[in-house]
Amino acid sequence: MLPEIGQFALILALLLAGVQCALPIFGAWRGNQALIAVARPAVAGQAVFVVLAFGVLTYAFVTQDFSVAYVAQNSNLALPWYYRFSAVWGAHEGSLLLWLLILNVWTVAVAAFSRRLPDALIARVLGVLGFIAFGFLLFTILTSNPFLRHLPALADGNDLNPILQDPGLIMHPPMLYTGYVGFSVAFAFAIAALLGGELDVAWVRWARPWTNVAWAFLTLGITLGSWWAYYVLGWGGWWFWDPVENASFMPWLVGTALIHSQAVTEKRGSFRAWTLLLSIFAFSLSLLGTFLVRSGVLTSVHAFASDPRRGLFILAFLATVVGGSLLIYAIRAPKVAGGKPFRMLSRETLLLINNLMFVCAAAMVLLGTLYPLIGDALGVGRISVGPPYFGFMFVLLMLPVVLLLPFGPLFRWAAADWQATTKILIKAVLPALGAVVVAKLWFPELALRGLAGVAASLWVGAGIVLYALKRWRDAPRGRRYTPEMLGMILAHFGVAVFLAGVLITESTSVESDLRFAPNETRTIAGLDFHFRGVARAQGPNFVADQGEIDVLREGKVVATLHPQKRLYSSGGSVQTKADISPGLFRDLYVALGESLDEKTGAWAVRVYVKPFVRWIWLGGLFMMLGGFIAATDRRFRVLPERVDVSVSKPAAQPALTTASAAASAP
Amino acid sequence: MNRLLPLLGFLALVALLAFGIHWNTLHETNEVPSPLIGKPAPEFTLPLLYDSTKSLSRKDLLGQPYLLNVFGSWCVTCQEEHPILTRDIKPLGIKVIGLNWKDQPDDAKRWLGQFGNPYDAVMADQDGRTGIDFGVYMAPESFLVDAQGVIRYKRIGMFTPDLIDSELKPQLAKLGRIAQ
Repeated sequence: MLPEIGQFALILALLLAGVQCALPIFGAWRGNQALIAVARPAVAGQAVFVVLAFGVLTYAFVTQDFSVAYVAQNSNLALPWYYRFSAVWGAHEGSLLLWLLILNVWTVAVAAFSRRLPDALIARVLGVLGFIAFGFLLFTILTSNPFLRHLPALADGNDLNPILQDPGLIMHPPMLYTGYVGFSVAFAFAIAALLGGELDVAWVRWARPWTNVAWAFLTLGITLGSWWAYYVLGWGGWWFWDPVENASFMPWLVGTALIHSQAVTEKRGSFRAWTLLLSIFAFSLSLLGTFLVRSGVLTSVHAFASDPRRGLFILAFLATVVGGSLLIYAIRAPKVAGGKPFRMLSRETLLLINNLMFVCAAAMVLLGTLYPLIGDALGVGRISVGPPYFGFMFVLLMLPVVLLLPFGPLFRWAAADWQATTKILIKAVLPALGAVVVAKLWFPELALRGLAGVAASLWVGAGIVLYALKRWRDAPRGRRYTPEMLGMILAHFGVAVFLAGVLITESTSVESDLRFAPNETRTIAGLDFHFRGVARAQGPNFVADQGEIDVLREGKVVATLHPQKRLYSSGGSVQTKADISPGLFRDLYVALGESLDEKTGAWAVRVYVKPFVRWIWLGGLFMMLGGFIAATDRRFRVLPERVDVSVSKPAAQPALTTASAAASAP
Repeated sequence: MNRLLPLLGFLALVALLAFGIHWNTLHETNEVPSPLIGKPAPEFTLPLLYDSTKSLSRKDLLGQPYLLNVFGSWCVTCQEEHPILTRDIKPLGIKVIGLNWKDQPDDAKRWLGQFGNPYDAVMADQDGRTGIDFGVYMAPESFLVDAQGVIRYKRIGMFTPDLIDSELKPQLAKLGRIAQ
């Protein structure tokens, strides 16, 4: 009975989403207050039913209702209780439902925290969000119903894909989706601004904290994903340029460009059309990512279930949403570039370079991801590009960003003081070069990449610290670090930490494959690894060969590691579970290979010593924190005075302005 | 016009993706997935992964059918396919040759060291040239080549136990390798 209620709730949510889209937008167009007022109740209603549907599915998992096909496919009796919750989003249907749930959380948040915004604007914003929800609900109901019955009920289900049975995977999809879906808010604001013709900068100010929060969640999601890949996929890599990873990385790149361009538009009124376009792009790439992962166009070579019907639906939806918004953009985008003039040496120029580089990087990733498809379409055969292409191109495109980053905060708007800036930044060059020399003397074997990492990291890190110090000296007490500025400093500091992590890890990791007989000891990177042997271990739903390895430094045990090879009771492949002793300056990473000799109990064991690898994710966490803190700035929540708006925007589009004034008049 | 550019670019992208779906629906069926099927395998001479002084060429492999499996340590799906190669394909008695594609030899050795080496021989195609000759789309990919060096069957993506039963085994049966 319950699953049918879940499905019914989805259908009701679909109807309410239709109402939430159509009536408020029509009302805002005609200036009809009654229709505008429909928006918030419709949002609340839709959220109630989506939460209900999600709750029903979760309940089916917790109570092991194997009459629901989706539950039977992704759970079984032996599955520990905590994975029964995360199993809800362990496959396609449930992750769509999670997508919808998160979209509703965002929409409710927008509806709740927008009381001070003009009614017509918020009606349009909620209407656009309603349209997106409508599309996804329809998609779920028509092609991916999670409540389909499997009658008679099965006695036991298959299992949740063992590779997903991991704490990292409990949190990774929700965070990633929160980020993805969060860009829908900036998108909705941009479309609402275009629809209403209110192309002044006010909408950007309102949209900024939402974008920052979405970006921060996406950063966290990607960081978690990378960390998960590192310790689950079992061989110490942290980024693979896999199409699915790329799908989450492209919105992040454009999102990064967007938060910078929004800052310019909000403060200077410049880059207005560009910000609109980036808002559309960021969300479009989120949708495109969904398409690429779900349609099977690229993933036919991966292990996802693909269904051409789903692909066609998402493509049609993508074409409607993105094509429609780009059409609106083409018709209504500001005809005259607004904003204030700026010199070549100015913060605007730097942010423009930042924007171009990040958008180029996103385009590069998109091209690389679609390459096999393009080759096919042009009839030149399937050509594919791998990590070598991505790695090279990405470094090339990010090089100017890293070099110019410290200048960004120090350059003033409109016209920068070159001499004053160089005077400060020379202090960042010195430690960067000094560190290279010290590093070279200390670790003569350090590769060029490692040296570049140290230099780049210190250049960016010292640059941002110098800026923070300058701010401390110059600005009056209490106004030194606004949340917006603190967030910027933290996020940029995160870039420095990340750079150090990537380049030092990549160049100094020690990786060895050893043949270990029980009670043998080997020395790697100054540490003694003592292999005690392999024993059988029993988990809740798997059996494992478990190794035990003591790591000693000068005779003292610093870590005891238990790498496993698991065979899940549901069958399937053997999962390698590495064991890691984490540390701020180095990770010890041990994975079991094959049994080499049954009699002596010798095993192939892989041992990694990875210096600074944590810094990669630590950098990501700093960036995330920066995004969250910047979003809390009070400035974003204060309604701008009407006068401000008209000053910042010269009468560039008199017709649109009048129309919007008429539409938004109470 | 300028402001129409994003839209036009996007429409091109939609056309490409629609083509992708179209291509996919055509190729999900059992029809010939590659123009190379029934043709002699492309010429190649590649160094062995574990002994780069020795090499293996198309000619060396004539006389006995083999399954050429394209893999890379960077390829997540290959890792998923790996136990299937060991558990389901090796017992079929077909010679399995690994083509380590666009990979660093050290990474590949480490990868094989960790998960086990299911291959009778592994060739290193570091610059991916041979992969291009074979029209490799993405790893993993497998080619069944008969004793005369003719490609008989191709699988894009990983093998699953179902696919082995429905596609690989009948192909092997045609080559007289196993009884149906």
